[in-house]
Amino acid sequence: MKLLKALVLPVALLIVWEIAMRVSGVQSDSLAAPSQIAVAFYAAMLDGTIPRRTAETLRAALTGLAIGGGSALVASIVLGLVPPVARLMQFSIEVLRPVPAVALIPVAILSLGFGYGMEISLVAFATFWPVLIYGHAAIANIEPQLLDVSRVLRLSTFGRVTKVVLPATLPRYFVAFRLATAVSLIVAVTVEIAANPLGIGYELMTASQSLHPDLMFALVLWIGLVGWGLNGALLLAQRRLFGPAAMAEIAR
Amino acid sequence: MPNVSPLPRTEAAGATPLIAFRGVSHVFGTRPVLQDINLTVGKSEFVCMVGPSGCGKTTMLRMVGGLQTPTVGEVTFGGKRVTGPAQEISFMFQDYSKALLPWRTAAGNVSLALEASGVPSGERVARIKDLLGKVGLANHADHFPAQLSGGMQQRVQIARCLAQEPSVLLMDEPFGALDAMTRQALQDEILRIIEASRTTVLFVTHDLEEAIYLGDRVVALYPNPGRIAQVFEVDLPKPRNQLTTRESPAFLRLRRALFDFIREGEA
Repeated sequence: MKLLKALVLPVALLIVWEIAMRVSGVQSDSLAAPSQIAVAFYAAMLDGTIPRRTAETLRAALTGLAIGGGSALVASIVLGLVPPVARLMQFSIEVLRPVPAVALIPVAILSLGFGYGMEISLVAFATFWPVLIYGHAAIANIEPQLLDVSRVLRLSTFGRVTKVVLPATLPRYFVAFRLATAVSLIVAVTVEIAANPLGIGYELMTASQSLHPDLMFALVLWIGLVGWGLNGALLLAQRRLFGPAAMAEIAR
Repeated sequence: MPNVSPLPRTEAAGATPLIAFRGVSHVFGTRPVLQDINLTVGKSEFVCMVGPSGCGKTTMLRMVGGLQTPTVGEVTFGGKRVTGPAQEISFMFQDYSKALLPWRTAAGNVSLALEASGVPSGERVARIKDLLGKVGLANHADHFPAQLSGGMQQRVQIARCLAQEPSVLLMDEPFGALDAMTRQALQDEILRIIEASRTTVLFVTHDLEEAIYLGDRVVALYPNPGRIAQVFEVDLPKPRNQLTTRESPAFLRLRRALFDFIREGEA
């Protein structure tokens, strides 16, 4: 019922769009009717273009996310638990963080050339910051008494991180990673559109330049679906994997 | 002053004190919180510290627990200067809702202390069962803190402290947030437990009756900066009883003396 209600508006729009395209009978290089888009999507799915391009984009985005987010996770724990390091790094972070990853595309091409290497590096750079900032804030917000407990019980540093700090901040790190996942997809597609001959972004650019609006729109919709699916998968994982810890955040 | 004659003694009975504050002063930023504290606590003694907020009683406890280093002077445990948390010293926090790991069950929280002191995982299950039984939570091992009442959560904390097998138990207003009935039950519980293990206890409270009921000595502090004002000996027979002890003339005299004293301090 809920799903049905949610679908009313988009379906109505599609119908209006389809009728308008047919009635006016336009022959456009920049527009396509929903039926044409659906046909193009089906064809690109069947001949393997979309699955192959999606795999390329996801490979670059997720590898970059793993590298960028993973190193940010470690860095934020160090910053959070060793205040002198945080003070030392603060200036460098504030200077580097606002640099848009896109601005580094020329730098990356020059030093790494085209291919996965440069795309992954740029995604890693872009996803590093949200995880670092969110993670650092999450650790700063840990209940101080929990850290006192870990000191009184004389937990080792490793024990403190794995048994107290990470479980206490896990829900927040998950939010950070969901954010970073969205960023990773945006940056990967942007890099592909701007320069890299790989992935959905490149296919999208090719469709646009070869005047195939039907395929172009099909790919745009597909990217949206991929992003939505990724976020959904992460949400599901959050509920499944971290039941009690995620619950703790809600209960607080 | 009434005829109980509080002794100005801050030295514990016995030759070597287990815990000693020697000329301890402490400053937070520019605010002095403790001034020239000299106090010794003997083995198996139950010392209660009372005083208004700002008298530094929690800070004193944190110093013994190795969570805070005094600006001036030293705190010793067993003759050695305290430089950090020790295995034999266990700390029970006031706010149980923030002292237990919310993502671990009651058993898991007790297990944390055992994991920290390197008890092999094979032995833990039996030890946890034993400890939770001791505090009357045998049937709640699988409950998360959020599913337990305040009194039960504080019992979990007691079990976790006992898991350390401490010779000293530091308690920071542990029953302050509990209702009266639960508080009395836990007071008796703690007396019973430490009676068996001969544990030394430093107990911070602002409930004067609780201090008299539990303590062998009651240390009263002045605030801003915290100073030891007076030390009261509690000569009440043990084991203590919620009804007869609290009705005994000696209890009432002490209660009167402490109330008068605190009122004077506020005036």
